[in-house]
Amino acid sequence: MKRRNFVQALALSASIAAIGLPLGAYAADTIKVGILHSLSGTMAISETALKNVALMTIEEINAKGGVMGKKLEPVVVDPASNWPLFAEKARQLISQDKVAAVFGCWTSVSRKSVNPVFKELNGLLFYPVQYEGEELEKNVFYTGAAPNQQAIPAVEYLMSAEGGGAKRFVLLGTDYVYPRTTNKILRAFLKSKGVAEADIMEDYTPFGHSDYQTIIAKIKKFAAEGKKTAVISTINGDSNVPFYKELGNAGLKATDVPVVAFSVGEEELRGVDTKPLVGHLAAWNYFMTVKNPENDAFAKKYKDWAKKNGVPNADTVVTNDPMEATYVGIYMWKQAVEKAKSTDTDKVIAAIGGQTFKAPSGFTLTMDKTNHHLHKPVYIGEVRADGQFDVVWKTKEPIRAQPWSPFIAGNEGKQKI
Amino acid sequence: MRLPLPRLLCACALLLAFLVAPARAALDEASLAGLAGDFQSRLDTIEALGVAGGGDEARRVLDALEAGALGVADGRVVIVQGESVVAAANGETLDLAASAVEPLTVNNRVRRALGTARAALALSAADRAERLAAARTLADNAGQSLLPLFERALAGEADDEIRGVLARAAARVNLASADPAKRLKAAGALGESSDPAVKALLAALLEKKGDAWVEPSSEVRAAADMAIHAIDRRIATAETVGTLFSGLSLGSILLLAALGLAITYGVMGVINMAHGELLMVGAYATFLVQGVFRSYLPAWVDGYVVAAIPVAFLAAALVGVAMERLVLRHLYGRPLESLLATWGLSLVLIQAARVVFGPQNVELANPAWMSGGIELAAGVVLPWNRIVIVGFAVFVLVLIWLTMQKTRLGMFVRAVTQNRAMAGCVGVPTARVDTLAFAIGSGVAGLGGLALSQIANVGPAMGTGYIVDAFMVVVLGGVGQLAGAVWAALGLGIVAKFLEGWAGAVIAKILVLVFIIVFIQKRPQGIFALKGRFADS
Repeated sequence: MKRRNFVQALALSASIAAIGLPLGAYAADTIKVGILHSLSGTMAISETALKNVALMTIEEINAKGGVMGKKLEPVVVDPASNWPLFAEKARQLISQDKVAAVFGCWTSVSRKSVNPVFKELNGLLFYPVQYEGEELEKNVFYTGAAPNQQAIPAVEYLMSAEGGGAKRFVLLGTDYVYPRTTNKILRAFLKSKGVAEADIMEDYTPFGHSDYQTIIAKIKKFAAEGKKTAVISTINGDSNVPFYKELGNAGLKATDVPVVAFSVGEEELRGVDTKPLVGHLAAWNYFMTVKNPENDAFAKKYKDWAKKNGVPNADTVVTNDPMEATYVGIYMWKQAVEKAKSTDTDKVIAAIGGQTFKAPSGFTLTMDKTNHHLHKPVYIGEVRADGQFDVVWKTKEPIRAQPWSPFIAGNEGKQKI
Repeated sequence: MRLPLPRLLCACALLLAFLVAPARAALDEASLAGLAGDFQSRLDTIEALGVAGGGDEARRVLDALEAGALGVADGRVVIVQGESVVAAANGETLDLAASAVEPLTVNNRVRRALGTARAALALSAADRAERLAAARTLADNAGQSLLPLFERALAGEADDEIRGVLARAAARVNLASADPAKRLKAAGALGESSDPAVKALLAALLEKKGDAWVEPSSEVRAAADMAIHAIDRRIATAETVGTLFSGLSLGSILLLAALGLAITYGVMGVINMAHGELLMVGAYATFLVQGVFRSYLPAWVDGYVVAAIPVAFLAAALVGVAMERLVLRHLYGRPLESLLATWGLSLVLIQAARVVFGPQNVELANPAWMSGGIELAAGVVLPWNRIVIVGFAVFVLVLIWLTMQKTRLGMFVRAVTQNRAMAGCVGVPTARVDTLAFAIGSGVAGLGGLALSQIANVGPAMGTGYIVDAFMVVVLGGVGQLAGAVWAALGLGIVAKFLEGWAGAVIAKILVLVFIIVFIQKRPQGIFALKGRFADS
């Protein structure tokens, strides 16, 4: 009995401490911003770095005097890779913590789950990850790529002489909304380029799938049936590791059947032995290897921050595209607040259109006046033996997002947005 | 397949330029000019460099290109060597700054051309294996421009296997020849192949364009038809073997994940929800051993997997003993509480791993001897890491069988499994047997983790993905039965792989689960059941 009492007391004091902590940190003259990224569960692998980079950016802004003379105060919550919990935590951030803006979400399903909350409470969400489009919320700003800023240019590259002149395509993905929608757009795009139905193979695997033997054998067979073949992978999360391992062991080389991935970046490759993957491709709007002063400073800042804050394996941290998009998103919000002279949601939305920021991707990015997306450059990179990417192709300038893909029926009237 | 005429001419001209003066040490400046041109002419030039057999000079240029040191300055092709710049053709130092050179990008397409060029150079190598590999590479990229090279090499080649590869490669090119006799011979020769790509080439001959056949000669068509049938038979056999092997491989992985559970669940009736985390402990132990080898024994790094076997076993066994001593011992005979407690333990272990190793997956490289695979036929490769794991599963199984059947401890464990009370009465120290059996089961799980680390992700939550599979195998096989677990794992693996080939991964997973539900309803005791008077207790 005694022991049980002790445990209860311990639990009680722990929960008091947990409640007390944010209260104690409260100071009157700050602006609160929410950070809504999974720090546990399956997505922790990718989202933890986004939380880190958001905290780093806020620290940097505070060191330069904050926003309108006020310091920013981050409120970090952990929705634990649990989609309904994202909505609850978002509600808590807006109505309880009264944050001025939220930076967060990774998977499309988590974004879909918080959208109604932001709409109802008129909050502000900055979403930093490339996604499938087909959405335009008043309260959301998309600082990642729309399909025409990532998927379509990548496929065009594969079809070009430089990219190997692919004529047959394998569309491979994890079974959920993002890969399915992207592949629907790509299928329509390929057909518009004269690729026959028989030259497209589409296949899906469940989340966390780890046995890619059958699929690789199928791809090999498909590739051997004649024309030059390329694989377009929308496999998400850590399934990529067994996929690429199997690819290497089965002797499917990038020079024969290149794989271009839309969800594999520097961070994901940290868990992989990249030697057999040299030459496989990824399409993003930013790579850590892009050479320009902004990027050098960005990568160095993050490395120093990671070391200072004791991030595990701090000496091997990398930066990647969604991290850059988070960084840019926070600065876009800061500039809009300063222009509007208020953190009021509607005033910030009105002020943010047309804001520009010199980003680590090497270009000055503009927030579109109407469609809530950034104009972004597109880079295609080949995997190097050290897990970084060599840029082999890039756009000359940032391109405007088309959230409503013209390749999906029914979107014809929405192209002006 | 046909090359555009100007490009062909260009390639031929380059070729001629080399053939006329092959013995000169330096390369002709003009022969490299194409590298400074557009993308296509660059590819043609690279291939021509190989076909012409320029020797060391050509190899030097190719090496520089692959290393990203080749560039263009003032319209000349140059190599950057540190701070200085030399002409690619003859190595003479130029008065240029390294920064003035625009480097040539190397992408996959260029790398492929480089591969062809290198293979072309290697076709005259002294080493047989090198020539064979070169011939195979060339056969995959066979084009019109390579035909003279094939014929030249065939004339000088004595080895039968290499001759076969080269002859088939030449036949592929000759299939597009204007001479029907050559085409007929080529179609016949290609019947020896087992490559689906060749089949596609032959099948194209049997199509009709409008009213006319693509291949006008009926004799060639008949030969092509026969060749297709022969290739089809070979592909079908190879594919069946391939699928069976994938099933066997999946089965061996399921078995390794489930064997430890079969012991702990079977002996003590403890539903150990933390079993997956014991796999994780084994995998992280392997990771640490790899780290030690990389830092202290870099020369032996390929051996880390072997050295990790005892380490993974002991690490997981220790965690298992701690779990049993501290928690489970107090909960024997209370399945619901022990289920909850082990589930809690699994969360504790996952978070502990996250704190110690970080939330990221850690990188484990396959040692060189476990990379690559054996090619049964074109398109069917048995990867070495999977072959090794099948062997490892057999090894672990034999070890457990010997322990259970031939040692005193094994006899005690069996006795406790069959009738705990009676075993206690005759003096078996049941509490100690419990602990030891749990340690063995956990240690075997650690070995499973070691095997998994070679093909799947190693991260804090890796175990949760295998716990369902492990229970599936144990329940299907019959509780407390090692033989049952073996048959269940192999059966599930092979069935899942055949279903996957037929219906896709998502549907296959559903079908397997439905099958298990139905099976368990019809036969709740599993494939094998304990028989006798203690069976129901």
